Formats: sequence, C-alpha cells, structure tokens
Amino acid sequence: MDLLTFLDQNLSRTFFLLWEHVWLVALSLVIAMCIGVPLGVLITKKKELAQKVLGGANIIMTVPSIALFGLMLPVLALVGHGLGKVPAVIALVLYSLLPIIRNTYIAIKNVDPALVDAGKGMGMTKWQLLREVEIPLAVPVILAGLKTAAVMNIGIAAIAAYVGAGGLGVFIQQGIARSHEAMILTGALGVSLLAVFVDLGMSSLERLLTPKGLKI
Amino acid sequence: MSTTTKGYRFFLLALFFIMGIGAERVGLIEYYSDPWEQEYVLFLVRQHLHLVLISMGMAIVTGLAAGIFVSRKKFKKYAGIVMYVIGLGQTIPSLAVLAIVMSFLGIGSKPAIFALFIYSTLPIARNTLAGILSVSPAIIDAAKGIGMTPRKILFQIELPNAMNVILTGIRVALVINIGTAALGYLIGAGGLGDLIFTGINLMQTDKLLAGALPVILLALIGDYLIELIGVIIIPKGIRLAD
Repeated sequence: MDLLTFLDQNLSRTFFLLWEHVWLVALSLVIAMCIGVPLGVLITKKKELAQKVLGGANIIMTVPSIALFGLMLPVLALVGHGLGKVPAVIALVLYSLLPIIRNTYIAIKNVDPALVDAGKGMGMTKWQLLREVEIPLAVPVILAGLKTAAVMNIGIAAIAAYVGAGGLGVFIQQGIARSHEAMILTGALGVSLLAVFVDLGMSSLERLLTPKGLKI
Repeated sequence: MSTTTKGYRFFLLALFFIMGIGAERVGLIEYYSDPWEQEYVLFLVRQHLHLVLISMGMAIVTGLAAGIFVSRKKFKKYAGIVMYVIGLGQTIPSLAVLAIVMSFLGIGSKPAIFALFIYSTLPIARNTLAGILSVSPAIIDAAKGIGMTPRKILFQIELPNAMNVILTGIRVALVINIGTAALGYLIGAGGLGDLIFTGINLMQTDKLLAGALPVILLALIGDYLIELIGVIIIPKGIRLAD
C-alpha cells in the first residue's frame, strides 16, 4: 500500500526517471551496435584479430561496473565530465561490446558453409554474400547479443545513478540514503520489471526477425 | 610478426608508464604508502573476501545441488521451465536485488551475503543443468551398458563431462559476485565499495582509485583462478575434445 501511495504522489517523477533510464540504455546500445557489429563482422575475416578483440572485450566485462566508473572518473574529470551521463554512456557502451561482438562473430562463423558456397557459385561478390546471405542468417543471434547487452545495461545504468547519471537508480540511491522503503522498492521493482520486459520484448523480436527458412 | 609483437610491447610499456604517472599525480601511490591507510585497505579487502567467499561457497553447493536435482529423470520434464525462470531471475539487476533484500532484511553484512548468495546461485544452477543435459545420451547409454549405477553415472560420466559448462557458470557467478559485493557497502556490509563510494562522494580520486583497483584485481584473479581449476580438474580426454 505504501508503495502505491508513493507511486501515486510521484508518478510524473517516476516516469521521468524511467524515460531517462530507457534513454541512457538505448543510446549506448545504438552506439555499441554501430561499433560492435562491424567489428564482429571484421574479425570473422581476420582470424588473428579475433582472439585479441574478444579477449580484450572479455577483460572489460570482468571489471566490475562500479570500479569502472571509479577508474573513468579521474580521467573524464580532465575534460569536465567526471560525473553525469557521459561516464555512464561510455561504461554502458564498453560493457555492451562483448555480447554484441561475440554474438556477431559466432553467428557469422556458424553460417552453413554450403550456403556461402552456393552464393559464390551464383557469382555473388564478397559484399553481396555478406549482405544477402551471411548477415540475414546471423540476425537472430546478433539480436540475442543485443538482448543480453540491453538487459545487462539496465542493471548497470541503475548503478550509474551513483555517478549522477539519473535514471531509476536515483530512487534506489535516495531511498537507501533516507531509508525510505517505498522509494527503494519503486526503484528496484521498476528496474527489475524494465529488465524483464525488455528481455521478453526482444525475445519476441528475435522470433519475428528470424528468416522463415530458419524456423523449425 | 616480430614487429607487431615489438609494437605491442612498446605500447604496453608506454601504457604502464602513463598509468604510473597518473597514479602518482592523483596521489594513489602516496595513499598506498601510508601505513595507516594500508591497514584500512587490507581490512576492507578482508571484509570484501568475507562477503564473497561465504556467499560463493553457499551458492556453489546450492547451485550444483539444484542443477543436479532438476536434471534427474523424474524432474527432467520441468527443466525447460526451470531454465526459463532462472533466466528471468538473472535479468533482475544486482542493485535491485540488494535493495529489495535490504528492505526486507535490513542492513548489515548478513542481508548482503544473502543477496549475493541468491544472485550467484542462478548462473551456477543454470549452467549445471545445461551442462548435464548436454551430455551426449550415447555416452550415458554406454555407461548403462557396462552396468554403472545411476550414482556412478552422475559422478563419473555426467559431472566430468559437464564440468566445463559448470565452471563457466561458477566463473560468471564469481565475477558478478565480486562486483556486486562492492555495492554491499550501500547496505552497510562494508567491503571495498566503502572507498569507492566515499571517493565519489568526496571527489577524492586517490581514495576512489584505492578502492576500485583492488576490486578489479580481485575480479581478474578470481576469473583466472577458476580457469586454472578447470585446467586441473577436467580430465584430459574431455578437454581435448573441445
């Protein structure tokens, strides 16, 4: 009941924070996609690069998010962006890179070589092969990578509230500071529900975008 | 090849040099050389490890047991549902889990350990289940054929074959656990998050980095250790098959 009263009294603020959260995650996801997908495609062609890129992305993933914010703060403070949305977006982009690159790489690697051969036999150029055979077949797996990244980012964006990035984490942060239970629960449940819904939504998108021939 | 290696080494050396200068400029070296602060950092590291080790120990036991339990013949039909529920549980952000646990159990290290335990159990249980289910039925059939009891099949066939996937689950859980334990400070559990959050709030870079670096090191070391354990305990024949 407490929760509902709180929500009722702070509805516009809740929606604003929710919107801020979604905006942070979406923006960083788009940036990460613009970097990650081409990079993932590139490393399928250059094998010696693949190990290094995937290894590097793996190390970034191992670094805990709050520690990464801590590391970036003094560096970004030099250009006057130590706190706020800039470090949050950079961190979110860095964390999204691994799932996106890895899934793109695996997806294109796993395209049936017979299909690529057939494409070659029809006289397709390398570019055409990539655009008309490999990428369409890889889309579901790439989307799965995006989903992983999105869900993870929703969680990290919540932590980013502590470096002043806004979003629903603000409710958790202020709620803990004031031991305001309804506020904490609004933030925590809001973030959790957002993550679950994004997960479900992107799963159905994945099914929708799977080429007809690939569905069993 | 040799020129790229040389370039790489030079790059690393330059990077370390720049990092060293940076560490000096922000006062990190001074911070770590202060015996008083040293003791405090070590105290926080111990506190952090305390949170991580207890919750991970419980999570490994529970996760393995739950995974094995659901993969038994009787419950195999529920495996899909269990995987789905665990997957949904894993989407819940770590900070949210901590916050929710705190609002029910209060503050201190016990609620933090409980939250870490729940959060780490999920990937371990999921990977145990997935690993055992992915063991080739032909191998299990062969084991049955030579007269192995179900118990023997579990310990000598299923678990060793699934060990790779299980260890990946434990590794993921451990890395997430160490990172989330840094948030434990927020609900009064202490740990290295103490220095990080104090550093952010006071804009004291030396304090902030003094907390952040050990957390990163712990995560990297934990990641590496589990990989090492994998090399030791996974039988050779299976490792080569990968």
